Amino acid sequence: MGGTLAIKAEGLSLGYAGSGKPVRVLSDVDLTVEKGEFLTILGPSGCGKSTFLRAVADLLPPIAGHLWVLGKAVSEARQRREVAFVFQEPTLLPWRTARQNIALPLQVGKGSVSRSVNPRTDHWLDLVGLSQLGDRYPHQLSGGQRQRVSIARALQCEPDVLLMDEPFGALDEITRDRLNDELLAIWRETRTTVLFVTHSISEAIYLGGRVLVLAANPGRVQALIDLASLKDDNGAPRREGPDVQETAAKLRQLLRVGGA
Amino acid sequence: MLQHRLSTAETMILPVIGALSLLAAWQWLVPALGVPAYIVPTPAAVLRTFATEWRFLLQNAVPTWLEAVLGFLLGNAFAVLMAIVFVYSRRFRAAYFPVVLLFNTIPVLALAPIIILIFGLGMLPKVIIAALLCFFPTLVNMARGLQLATVNELELMHVLSASHWETFWRLRAPRSIPLLFASLRISATTCIIGAIVGEWIGSNQGLGAVIIQSTFNYQAEKLFAAVLLASLSGITFFTVVTQIEQIFHRLLPQGN
Ligand SMILES: Nc1ncnc2c1ncn2[C@@H]1O[C@H](COP(=O)(O)OP(=O)(O)OP(=O)(O)O)[C@@H](O)[C@H]1O
Ligand SMILES: [Mg+2]
Repeated sequence: MGGTLAIKAEGLSLGYAGSGKPVRVLSDVDLTVEKGEFLTILGPSGCGKSTFLRAVADLLPPIAGHLWVLGKAVSEARQRREVAFVFQEPTLLPWRTARQNIALPLQVGKGSVSRSVNPRTDHWLDLVGLSQLGDRYPHQLSGGQRQRVSIARALQCEPDVLLMDEPFGALDEITRDRLNDELLAIWRETRTTVLFVTHSISEAIYLGGRVLVLAANPGRVQALIDLASLKDDNGAPRREGPDVQETAAKLRQLLRVGGA
Repeated sequence: MLQHRLSTAETMILPVIGALSLLAAWQWLVPALGVPAYIVPTPAAVLRTFATEWRFLLQNAVPTWLEAVLGFLLGNAFAVLMAIVFVYSRRFRAAYFPVVLLFNTIPVLALAPIIILIFGLGMLPKVIIAALLCFFPTLVNMARGLQLATVNELELMHVLSASHWETFWRLRAPRSIPLLFASLRISATTCIIGAIVGEWIGSNQGLGAVIIQSTFNYQAEKLFAAVLLASLSGITFFTVVTQIEQIFHRLLPQGN
């Protein structure tokens, strides 16, 4: 089933078991994501963006439909450490230094994870630009630095699919722009598939090869837009340009309609 | 209102001055008010008793210390184990936590005779009373501490396919350390109370026995010396626990 695809969803419906009948959040999602793709996800608050990522990470079973990750069931992909999650909150363990936090994936899941990775904590520290700060505890790091540690921790899993839920949402614009570029550099180097949720239209355009727009009430796929034409010839993204403005306006319109 | 802060020297010296002034007042006031020495002795007399009776006091302090330490270890170990079981079995928790809480409302003074009745006059019942006093605060704190891990942290562990054991050891246990030590600090003094209460009721040795016997015999100096020794033991236990806590705090900093 979709052997070469990173993600394949067919008639996928997601929701939460409330008191009584389950509350449906996202309905009838059909989606395929190629390996190595950078997909950004936009949508009004509460439409189910996080819910979708949680399903891919095997944190939430589907109500209906099918979901495959790398042609396997989500639980199997998780147990092979093919999926890593960067939460909106860095979620670092305060009693571990940055380096020890990055090493966490090497120390847990020993019994069930059926794939071994290189222990390269210093390499990942270096890649996220924190080689000097490896021995600091989380409370000695800035918000941006903490989020970089959590990205490095995800990279230590050497995932084929990297899920990121508004990872830079709490950061100032300058830091966010810099981390965007770092993330693109990492993506080019590792060739991992990225699913990246954001509230920022410009971030979605800048990072994404395609952007998935979700609508709310009921949560569903509103549009899937290819952004390839907005990249330079060498694949580098642009922040400016009439076509970028045009796409941003189109996305803003879609979000306005989908939020109703 | 913002008050100017005391200098380090002042914060060191002022408590000593405070204590000494009260002791001096006691030393002069007791004879001045005509209180007989067999009711309330002067601090100097108590000190003298320490010098003359130290062998007797020590002989009686050792069993009390032993009971208190054993009770501390036993009570807290059981509390931690039970808290772990509670965290991993909701049914067990639902069935037994209310019972345990209800049991906790029985005053120790009421419970102690029953325990003496069951376990006799040896050291064991005192250890059990001390253990019971340590058990409840630690159980409640530890059960709460093991639940402190956030949803995000638990989801992180799930995404990493961590086992129950790994999640416990790498996440829940370190998270619970501050709350565990909060109750261990309480236990450090209550375990001595437990041992002494046990000795009151059924013993002819230990600080508790000394307290009771010297009260009935109007040996006020001995009584005060024993009470002082009990209090010093409590302070020592407390200090030891806080020192161990400091070590844990350095190994497992909890942030902010
Ligand atoms: N644990 C839960 N139990 C019940 N309902 C939930 C739960 N988590 C989320 N929901 C509901 O599911 C819907 C989608 O939530 P989700 O977090 O996926 O939204 P989102 O698109 O990520 O929003 P945001 O942009 O604000 O993060 C919301 O209406 C929310 O109330
Ligand atoms: Mg969300």
